[in-house]
Amino acid sequence: MSPMALAALQTQLKNFVQSMFDKGVLDSQFGQIQALQDSSNPNFVDEVITLFCSDAERIITELNRYLGYQNVDLSKLDSYVHQLKGSSSSIGAHRLKLACVNLRQASDDRNKEGCARALNLITSEYCLLRSKFQTLIQLERSIIALETNQQ
Amino acid sequence: MAAESQFHVLAVDDSLIDRKLIERLLKTSSCQVTTVDSGSKALEFLGLYEADTTNPNTASTFPNNHQEVEVNLVITDYCMPGMTGYDLLKKIKESSSLKNIPVVIMSSENVPSRISRCLEEGAEEFFLKPVRLSDLNKLRPHMLKTKIKDQNKKQGKQEEKASFQSPKEQEQEEEHQQQLLQQKQQQQQSSNNKRKAIEEGLSPERTRLRYNGITTVV
Repeated sequence: MSPMALAALQTQLKNFVQSMFDKGVLDSQFGQIQALQDSSNPNFVDEVITLFCSDAERIITELNRYLGYQNVDLSKLDSYVHQLKGSSSSIGAHRLKLACVNLRQASDDRNKEGCARALNLITSEYCLLRSKFQTLIQLERSIIALETNQQ
Repeated sequence: MAAESQFHVLAVDDSLIDRKLIERLLKTSSCQVTTVDSGSKALEFLGLYEADTTNPNTASTFPNNHQEVEVNLVITDYCMPGMTGYDLLKKIKESSSLKNIPVVIMSSENVPSRISRCLEEGAEEFFLKPVRLSDLNKLRPHMLKTKIKDQNKKQGKQEEKASFQSPKEQEQEEEHQQQLLQQKQQQQQSSNNKRKAIEEGLSPERTRLRYNGITTVV
């Protein structure tokens, strides 16, 4: 495998992440996370993304289930939204974080319809993010595979 | 670098992702790290046990004297179920065995009253999440202070044992130690002052907030 293939992949990854920055899907916090990855922790980004996704999915599933009930105590949402907002912020998932702020606002306003709409937004933002993260992880893993082969 | 000069930080956060991040950040800063997911586990680790809370008649905490686990700093999230970071801070500062351990609070929410309450209770710093590597550089002076205290204690014990040192030599030794300590403190002070000046000028919302009558919507 030529070193050019590796360089091409690295450029592809860089451009892909840049497009996520440009669209506001990710913010500079994700760059901080990338910077923490090095040869002693080559899978760091992969691990953080994986942790984030399983956490986010758990919470979003709960939220969707909960809002499906008849008599909903909106204040019970707060803890979940707080967790999801926190994780989103920590990984740099900018648009998802904003969607959480939206839901928090609707919940504070005790606006059940607003909450349902806000949750839809969260769900769709998360799905978008997850599919992009999947591409990102594939690129990371291909790069690592190439780097290992070349050693 | 000898293991003795490495700092050991206890990080407390109920979020798995945040624990992973803070651990990596601290290790990148050459710290030894222990992470726990709750305030009560933090107290356990520090050797301070809560007695059975169902019996209101027992004393609330009693120290366990196995202080082999040296912790140079505790960094904790504010919002945690059960014991908050603030509660943990209070318990540490109220404990005779632990009160000298510097405590830093992290929070995703920028609430001025929360920040001042924590600082008043004795927190050394208050970081807004997500915490960055540059924030952790502020921790060094706080951890260094505890190391110097410990070293002076050890130094004192060694001087007692050394029988061949004349009283004059001992005096000189103590003076030397004082000078070193003063130098370090002066260095920290001037760099602290620089940092404070820069912080006040630029992005005050990153760490401590000084809100001079500005109303904030929470």
